[in-house]
Amino acid sequence: MTEVLSEQVGRGSHGGALLEVDNLHVEFRTRAGVAKAVNGVTYSVDAGETLAVLGESGSGKSVTAQTIMGILDMPPGKITGGEIRFRGVDLLKLPEDQRRKIRGEGISMVFQDALSALNPVFPVGWQIAEMFRTHRGTSRAEAKKKAIELMDRVRIPAAKDRVNDFPHQFSGGMRQRIMIAMAIALDPEILIADEPTTALDVTVQAQIMGLLAELQRDSNMGLILITHDLGVVADVADKIAVMYGGRIVEHATVHDLYKSPAHPYSKGLLESIPRVDHKGKELYAIKGLPPNLLEMPTGCAFHPRCPYRRDNCVTDVPPLYTISGTRGSACHYWREVIDEG
Amino acid sequence: MKADAESILEVRDLVKHFPLTQGIVVKRQIGAIKAVDGVSFDLHRGETLGIVGESGCGKSTLAKLLMALERPTSGSVRIRGKDITAARGAELKRMRRNIQMVMQDPYTSLNPRMTVGDIVGEPFEIHPDVAPKGDRRRRVQELLEVVGLNPDHINRYPHQFSGGQRQRIGIARGLALQPEIIICDEPVSALDVSIQAQVMNLLERLQDEFDLSYIFIAHDLSVVRHISDRVAVMYLGKIVELGSDSEIYDTPTHPYTQALLSAVPVPDPEGRETRQRIILQGDPPSPANPPSGCHFRTRCWKAQDICAEQRPALEVRPGSAHPSACHFAEVRDVVNAK
Repeated sequence: MTEVLSEQVGRGSHGGALLEVDNLHVEFRTRAGVAKAVNGVTYSVDAGETLAVLGESGSGKSVTAQTIMGILDMPPGKITGGEIRFRGVDLLKLPEDQRRKIRGEGISMVFQDALSALNPVFPVGWQIAEMFRTHRGTSRAEAKKKAIELMDRVRIPAAKDRVNDFPHQFSGGMRQRIMIAMAIALDPEILIADEPTTALDVTVQAQIMGLLAELQRDSNMGLILITHDLGVVADVADKIAVMYGGRIVEHATVHDLYKSPAHPYSKGLLESIPRVDHKGKELYAIKGLPPNLLEMPTGCAFHPRCPYRRDNCVTDVPPLYTISGTRGSACHYWREVIDEG
Repeated sequence: MKADAESILEVRDLVKHFPLTQGIVVKRQIGAIKAVDGVSFDLHRGETLGIVGESGCGKSTLAKLLMALERPTSGSVRIRGKDITAARGAELKRMRRNIQMVMQDPYTSLNPRMTVGDIVGEPFEIHPDVAPKGDRRRRVQELLEVVGLNPDHINRYPHQFSGGQRQRIGIARGLALQPEIIICDEPVSALDVSIQAQVMNLLERLQDEFDLSYIFIAHDLSVVRHISDRVAVMYLGKIVELGSDSEIYDTPTHPYTQALLSAVPVPDPEGRETRQRIILQGDPPSPANPPSGCHFRTRCWKAQDICAEQRPALEVRPGSAHPSACHFAEVRDVVNAK
């Protein structure tokens, strides 16, 4: 672990989870107005735990991840409130040189599109080895040896022969493995995977998800999986945070959420999955469109699309009601939603 | 099922090889990408044929061949008995009226400088006899209404619409010439989950309303199952299994189909610890240099000597009612994409 942090707080001496995002607000100042991308997101993840953040494009899931990593473009982005605590220390208050140490060693990230995330003009081995050279000051030869070990670990065949190949010489699945190798190079405690398999075929997706699960088991990492795929979530997540319009609208354990969703949006998503017994019938579709971040609806952001809407939904923003210790829903009528199952 | 209906599209032994050349001044052909390598199927009236497979298996090249956007190396595509691959000039133009396409990406397949009215009305410019000039605006507005868009938005530009609405514009354009066949190439994969269902419902409603036949190409197996009457599974340019939706999803006999289905994550966490998975190793081989015999043998757990020597034909094999291109085809219980 980084010296900086171990000086400030000893391992496990703080009360909370390993990583806690607390009431985070992020907005983008654009010419068309202020886009409130993240409006009070709170979630946490512990060592060995998998948190799935589920949401559509524009729901704020990736912006939250970028803020955690400290790679948000500012400006136009601006963090207007909240804390991100890693081992109890608020990352947002740390100076850049200390954050830099945490990036890669404490928290690390796998991006969606490996072809654009990797540098096309350097060999992949050089890019993986860069992690050791810059963070650990390892010598070139030693770093390269470690890069080969890592490529073996993420099961790239003939790693030794391919270490000097360039990203375009690899297939999509192999490129994603290289991204993962870079992300786990310094044994991070938290790995954020932002849509790691969206661009891949199902057979390759199964390989990559299997690899992530295995690496997580081996090193007891906390995993934040950002996705919109309800199938992948059901497969690997321990708990789920559903995002809509920059807020968490429901958080629950994976079994609770799939059995009886407590927010109309998560319920609608689950119902719109094509199922065998629905064949030939109309699919359930959430009507309308996701909200425009420049002109968020008043009250509950989901109210224009919600079948449970009452008058107060238009005026009152629902707080994240606590349903049980592990569960919350930002719907005034969550009881009704659960009861209808 | 409408299997007894007349077939309006007959594809026979369709082959498309893209030449690989070497040399700048004197080009020599050093090989070929076998994108589509002997594909045959029928499409019946009012039916939806789903085509699934990994990227690079030739799904999209097949779509282009059916639209006569690419010339095949050999084989035929008969639409109502007439071979579109042999048609030229005015005849080809007339035949294309009957087969239209909905593209994958609604963000790049609509010209940003054209209004919605121009985009949806462009087919009428090319085929002026379908709608007389004075009538076109009204026809376009009708089409917009059919796909669930506000007809008053005829003068807007694509960027003023969301992804789902743009896909509706693409569908309206595909419907303009009243085709009998529509090829949907990944029509919902670029859309958000909550919007996918809306577009799927629209496609189904239009099919009933206009008695359309669909070729539905997608990689999302649960979406394909929902909309398709029959499903063809492609691997490296060939159809490896073809059958009704329940034959393919409930009793698949080709190992590739079984692996593909078991790789689909099931949207239900119950029992996930005990779920059996077939995880294929590696990536599909290059279509420039496919393995001898059965193309799938390099990733197949059943492969034996015969698989390297003999190419298995797509035919009905003992123990199942639908054709499968595997020497050792057999029904095996797999966890299905529900």
